[in-house]
Amino acid sequence: MTTAQQIADAVRAGERSASEVLEEHLAVIDEREGDVHAFNLVMRDEARAAAVAVDAGDRTGALAGVPVALKDNLCTRGIPTTCSSRILEGWRPPYDATVVARLAAAGAVFVGKTNLDEFAMGSSTENSAFGPTRNPHDLDRVPGGSSGGSAAAVAAGFAPLALGSDTGGSIRQPAALCGVVGLKPTYGLVSRYGLVAFASSLDQIGPFAATVADAALLLEVIAGHDPLDSTSLDRPLPPLVSGLGDGVEGLRVGVLTELVHAEGIAPDVRRRVEAAAEALADAGAKVDEASVPAASFGLSAYYLIAPAEASSNLARYDGVRYGLRVDAENTAEMNAATRTAGFGPEVKRRIMLGTYALSAGYYDAYYGKAQQVRTLIIRDFAAAYDSFDVLLCPTSPTTAFRLGDKTADPMSMYLNDVCTIPSNLAGDPAISVPFGAGDDGLPVGVQLLGPALSEGTLLRTAAVLEGALR
Amino acid sequence: MSLDDWQLVVGLEVHAELATNTKIFCGCANSFGDEPNTNVCPVCLGLPGSLPVLNRSAVEFAARLGMALECTVQPSVFHRKNYFYPDMPKDYQVSQYDLPINADGTLELPDGSVVGIERAHLEEDTGKTTHMGGGGRIHDAAYSLVDYNRAGVPLVEIVSRPDIRTPEQAQAYATELRAILAATGVSDAKMEEGSMRVDANVSMHKPGEPYGTRCEIKNLNSVRSLGRAIRYEMERQVQLLESGERIVQETRHWDEDAGRTRPGRSKEQAEDYRYFQEPDLVPVAPDDEWLASIRAAMPMLPAARRTRLAAQTGGDVDVALVVERGLDDLVLEAIAAGGDPGRLLVHASNNLSAGAGELSARPFAELSKLEATGALTATQAKTVLAELVTAGGDPAAIAATRGFEAMGDDALAAAVDAAIAADPEAWEKFKAGDRKVTGFFVGLVMKTTKGKADGKAVTALLDARAQS
Amino acid sequence: MAARITTDDVAHVARLARLELTDEELVLYTEQLAGILAHADDVASLDTAGVPATAHPLPLQNVLRDDVVRPSIDRDEVLAAAPAVEDRRFRVPAILGEAP
Repeated sequence: MTTAQQIADAVRAGERSASEVLEEHLAVIDEREGDVHAFNLVMRDEARAAAVAVDAGDRTGALAGVPVALKDNLCTRGIPTTCSSRILEGWRPPYDATVVARLAAAGAVFVGKTNLDEFAMGSSTENSAFGPTRNPHDLDRVPGGSSGGSAAAVAAGFAPLALGSDTGGSIRQPAALCGVVGLKPTYGLVSRYGLVAFASSLDQIGPFAATVADAALLLEVIAGHDPLDSTSLDRPLPPLVSGLGDGVEGLRVGVLTELVHAEGIAPDVRRRVEAAAEALADAGAKVDEASVPAASFGLSAYYLIAPAEASSNLARYDGVRYGLRVDAENTAEMNAATRTAGFGPEVKRRIMLGTYALSAGYYDAYYGKAQQVRTLIIRDFAAAYDSFDVLLCPTSPTTAFRLGDKTADPMSMYLNDVCTIPSNLAGDPAISVPFGAGDDGLPVGVQLLGPALSEGTLLRTAAVLEGALR
Repeated sequence: MSLDDWQLVVGLEVHAELATNTKIFCGCANSFGDEPNTNVCPVCLGLPGSLPVLNRSAVEFAARLGMALECTVQPSVFHRKNYFYPDMPKDYQVSQYDLPINADGTLELPDGSVVGIERAHLEEDTGKTTHMGGGGRIHDAAYSLVDYNRAGVPLVEIVSRPDIRTPEQAQAYATELRAILAATGVSDAKMEEGSMRVDANVSMHKPGEPYGTRCEIKNLNSVRSLGRAIRYEMERQVQLLESGERIVQETRHWDEDAGRTRPGRSKEQAEDYRYFQEPDLVPVAPDDEWLASIRAAMPMLPAARRTRLAAQTGGDVDVALVVERGLDDLVLEAIAAGGDPGRLLVHASNNLSAGAGELSARPFAELSKLEATGALTATQAKTVLAELVTAGGDPAAIAATRGFEAMGDDALAAAVDAAIAADPEAWEKFKAGDRKVTGFFVGLVMKTTKGKADGKAVTALLDARAQS
Repeated sequence: MAARITTDDVAHVARLARLELTDEELVLYTEQLAGILAHADDVASLDTAGVPATAHPLPLQNVLRDDVVRPSIDRDEVLAAAPAVEDRRFRVPAILGEAP
């Protein structure tokens, strides 16, 4: 498999054409997409036109000619953006997300919109209204979620790069289950303008790639201040691609106790984390045990905060201005009929949970309390980062589970996020990097966490782990 | 039923559209009367993926208003107020809840009374719905059409404390607030156009007892309606209370044609707005330097203008009217140019209701001097003034063109004597004390002098003749 | 710690959220939500006295934009996505209640 970096270099040098690269990838898609179902939409015509334009024009963009898959909750002008929901089926945004515009300006060729759990709510992509995506490593298993389509697209070779979004682990967990690299940036590093909101104070867009270097390359293109996003950081970017080979000599690595030993962490996953710790120590890092006590409460706080914000963010889907409308005698009934028909059960569950958490009489006990717990988590992380540069823990408690295994009990599905959620609550960056296989031969990812704007450190540490496996 | 046994309590909530160029969270034009749905974008339509960015001018205008109302201007955050309504693109309104930009101010009225201001916060406006079928009112409408041009226009909501005790005071509050909004440039504040909306919370109680249950009155499109509606509510509530009934806490709508309030549609249950801090926006904390520059640039407020004008002219009621019309600067300039303060004030309050037009300070001053010396009568001066307003010019020249000239005392006396001689019968009546014939003689003198005589001078001469 | 969520609570929030539930769904969702909230009750055991709430992970403030008009969106493109349009406006069925 050629990397994005190799493709970009070859296209820039005129050694390969963007159209040729695209056709290769479309051929892989033709071969396997029927089984994997990574895409809601393969943008064959648009991609071909874009590749032609790259070949005829500017080939100097950082990603010129590189095929990229976009999670279908990223607005693409004139191209359906469904969030894998019936309520937005066929909706064509009249504008591009900022990250989409930046990628286009860099010469990227968009191959398609990838499948997700509806409105990014889920950990398996089984909540999609258009059918699940399957894990390319084992078609009976889930790719993870909510960005399952993007993770699978990269894992299956449909595109070397993909964008996903991560609110509670939705990039990192599918990355781990599909054996690819997935990174959630510092909150505010990447503009959210054009990302259909799930939980506004937690959502971030981030890269999927087969290699750490490719993930860094993609992140560099999309990151940076956006005046259209009030929550966008206006600070110089940390160096990402340069410095990837700097190694980890002297780096203080903390193995995060509370998450390594959290309920439900499978022994084979734990062993891979231990192996990663050893690999880092061998490479010169100082590895020790770290503690972030409040991290144990992350799951509970998240399942109050995220649905609360989501219940408000999803109110706009009312059948008035766009998307599905189910007619009725009056507007209120039309709203209800539309939303009832348009939303799947998980979305409804979270909307109701969120509405309840915010409602009069319950705000202090639920939402208010959860926001306080968030402060405790931030404080405990800050204390840990006094002694450590990077924290190490599992990404997902298990390898990829079978489709249907966890759909009966919502709570069992939510437990998949126990290791990923704390970073979202803290607003800190985290990366999942493949590190071997579980007892069943399926990919295992290990997770590296760092303080705000430490993406450079995370990436070079991940590069060391990547190198250790070769 | 006697209203005298009862005490009125009124609190007013005023929403004013800010006169910014753009909407509060996006760059769409803030403009009234454009073609429907032409000033819209992903942000103010609340399209999936859109995000708000706060308008600097909206903050500045809000702070300016807060200062004009003697509020504490403080760091603030935005909250979401969640409810479903088709004129709200996101089905939540971005507003301010427990940390508003302005808090704890006062508004002093022309009569000297003071009404407390609880808060004046920023929020976004909704779109406009037009109800179709059934007479255009919501109740019988078959369906509705929504225009989002207004969605996202910045509003400041000014909430008074329940300090208002009479309908007149409520009207004075609304008038004064409107004047402040206009003077500071914060808002056009036109109730008829909807850029200033007033809702009244009205309750009645017996002195010494706790405040009564209040009703909220909406759909007040003028200061006059405000007064009428409050008076109606006072009677309605007292009638109920005196028959032993309870006041239902509800929203009522003022029906201008019928002259009464009507209950709104009763809701099955109270709204639960589930306020939480807006995660797509960050806190606003204007720094001391910014606040100081806003304060330094604050224009003179109506109360200060009234004080200033009164000091120069000695008037009071006229003063409020002249300031309200924005003519005080002109009058003061004219006084500085040597004009007669009293006459200038009278003209400004009686004869310039449509504004000053082409009238400028120096000619205005000249005119008042001509009148003061008797060179022009009051009536002549009014005519010259009207022409100065329409076309400008020089008062003396205009007077000359129209043949207005000084009437010498001898000529006036001669004209009066001639009138007396013309009708001895009427003169006998006048001498006998019948003052009704005064008008007859004045009119006769006016006719023979072609309007050049001054009415008061004629009357004075008649009296003098009658006594001699 | 708040009391266990009931079907009345769920019916109430469903109404607030404009969602229609069948009787079976009401019971099922109530069970599921109760299960999730039970898990959330461990948050109640934490001592958070005096701990400020974090609404936002970012320390940003005063993010403002200049009051300059920017192009609006093409009306036709916007109305093309609308379920029902009349006279260049979005058409909706009868609105029964007044705006709060």
